Amino acid sequence: MGDDLLLSVQDLRTWFHTDEGVVKAVDGVSFDLRRGETLALVGESGSGKTVTSLSLLNLVPPPGRIAGGRVRYRGQDLLRLPGPALRAVRGDRIAMVFQDPLTSLNPFLRISTQMVEALALHRGLGRRAARARAVEMLEQAGIAAADRRIDQYPHQFSGGMRQRVMIAMALSCDPEILIADEPTSALDVTIQAQILELIQDLTRRTGTAVILITHSLGVVAGVCDTLCVMYAGRIVERGPTAQVFAQPMHPYTRGLIGSVPRLDRPGPGRLVPIPGQPPVLADLPDGCPFHPRCPSAMDVCRRRYPGAAAAGGGQEAHCWLHLEAP
Amino acid sequence: MTPLLDVKGLQMHFPVGGRWLRGPRTWIRAVDGIDFHLRRGETLGLVGESGCGKSSAARAVAQLYRPTGGQVLLLGQDLTRLDGKDLMAARQHMQMVFQDPYASLDPRLTAFELIAEPLRIHRARGLLKLARPDLARRVDQLLDQVGLARSFRNRYPHQFSGGQRQRIGIARALALSPELVLCDEPVSALDVSIQAQILNLFKDLQEAFGLAYLFIAHDLAVVRYIATRVAVMYLGTLVEVADAAELYRNPQHPYTQALLSAAPIPDPQVEKSRSRILLAGDVPAPDQERPGCPFYDRCWRRMDACLAHPPRLQDTVPGHQVACFLHHPPD
Repeated sequence: MGDDLLLSVQDLRTWFHTDEGVVKAVDGVSFDLRRGETLALVGESGSGKTVTSLSLLNLVPPPGRIAGGRVRYRGQDLLRLPGPALRAVRGDRIAMVFQDPLTSLNPFLRISTQMVEALALHRGLGRRAARARAVEMLEQAGIAAADRRIDQYPHQFSGGMRQRVMIAMALSCDPEILIADEPTSALDVTIQAQILELIQDLTRRTGTAVILITHSLGVVAGVCDTLCVMYAGRIVERGPTAQVFAQPMHPYTRGLIGSVPRLDRPGPGRLVPIPGQPPVLADLPDGCPFHPRCPSAMDVCRRRYPGAAAAGGGQEAHCWLHLEAP
Repeated sequence: MTPLLDVKGLQMHFPVGGRWLRGPRTWIRAVDGIDFHLRRGETLGLVGESGCGKSSAARAVAQLYRPTGGQVLLLGQDLTRLDGKDLMAARQHMQMVFQDPYASLDPRLTAFELIAEPLRIHRARGLLKLARPDLARRVDQLLDQVGLARSFRNRYPHQFSGGQRQRIGIARALALSPELVLCDEPVSALDVSIQAQILNLFKDLQEAFGLAYLFIAHDLAVVRYIATRVAVMYLGTLVEVADAAELYRNPQHPYTQALLSAAPIPDPQVEKSRSRILLAGDVPAPDQERPGCPFYDRCWRRMDACLAHPPRLQDTVPGHQVACFLHHPPD
């Protein structure tokens, strides 16, 4: 591993203790993030992508608990960092943007109050300097008349504008990592295009690495270097985006790509959906959790979860099709 | 031949404010005079961004909202002039599938009761003759048609996944053997792997029963897959209508062009070589009458002429209509 390794997640497990039993929302997730890289966690609802991102900064809500694993960042394990040390990283070195900016902004406070607070806390800036920096960030995020609008309340902004505010706020302390959880899923396509362009533009300028959580393969194809596909709490395939799209190894990845209708291709070629229903996390089958829906399922798939099988170029998948059966 | 559905000058304005001491009443012009028709067995995709009025249009067509203007002719009968039992009788031919399969099914009814409900209601009003054993047989038949096991008939909505719930919603809509189904974002709450299953189900049902769909969606790729013709809506008006193949190959309105260029394509090779038309700003609020083109504020090809009066939807080539002065200079 080179010096540019920024964050290393190893065997992360986050479990929820519910009345129905233990729900393993994240069950053995590992990935590396390099400086300036944009990495996507892709999956359908319940695949564990959001819980993974919350676990990185120890933000899992109860009854969820981190049951094991490591998140190595700058020689320390974020999962074992005491409160004050973790808070110094959170929001400063590693910042987050959520899907719904309305619930993550305080509706009672002006934008200026919320932005100045973060800058004063993490950067130790005085009020005036912090405000100047906040206005500068809002301007970079494409908010016109930022000097006036910074004194408005969140409800006075449209959905797209609120997401710009969130991005400006997240990037105001020059983080090394930006975690963006479905940042454009609540937005219309024309606004989505603006926001993705903005994230790419700002992070490229500062060399910030991005972990993008999304269910949209289209968004991934446009902006991400590396792709991790999640299913039932695990990363089932990962690799360079172009390579994974061109030659998916895992039947689930192949199924996802085949399920999405294409804007640039004429009908009426038929979509090939993945059969069956999404997995129920509290009641996963033995072996590979995808086997009940898998067109290539073999006997071994029902018994044991496969290890990683590597192709060249950093691509790997957890699938018995690419492994010697035990 | 008269079309199955002919919508003329449809207007759906909602009043806001205007109560005692609350200032003057204003109107949200959700749908502001649109015309379209639907032939038997075809799918008209209605696309646009949130707030453009596409759902209001569908609800006004279904008479769930009573339109504030215009006509909705279903099989030649103007629904806006009908009430009560007459409306119910006419509306049998037109059913609706909603976006959220969680919110649109009564949690206290079983799958059987949910699917039987429209049959029972129409039987009780004397609009349908159906003996008790026939009703059970019809529900089983509908379960088969939408791909749900008959053994599921006594389960409640919470025992189904999102995709299965949407199948129940579709079975309910098909119960009265309609000729037209209004689908309001029927797959947008579903995961992609399930979305493809439901889209294929819509196609199969159309083929089997000759159904016509008014298919509302914000996802342009989904619409391309399902629709034979496409209408693009912006701020309460239609800006472009064309055959699906023609619209995607040759979009004419600057808004359609921007919309198509903004939608991501799940292919890194293709994405690398695409250029985007980035629109400035957001969709304005539909609460005031605008003298000119509704798209003027965000248009990347606007001219002075666009401010004077709104462009009308007119043919450029037969079957391809555009409302834009770039294609029809004002007189």
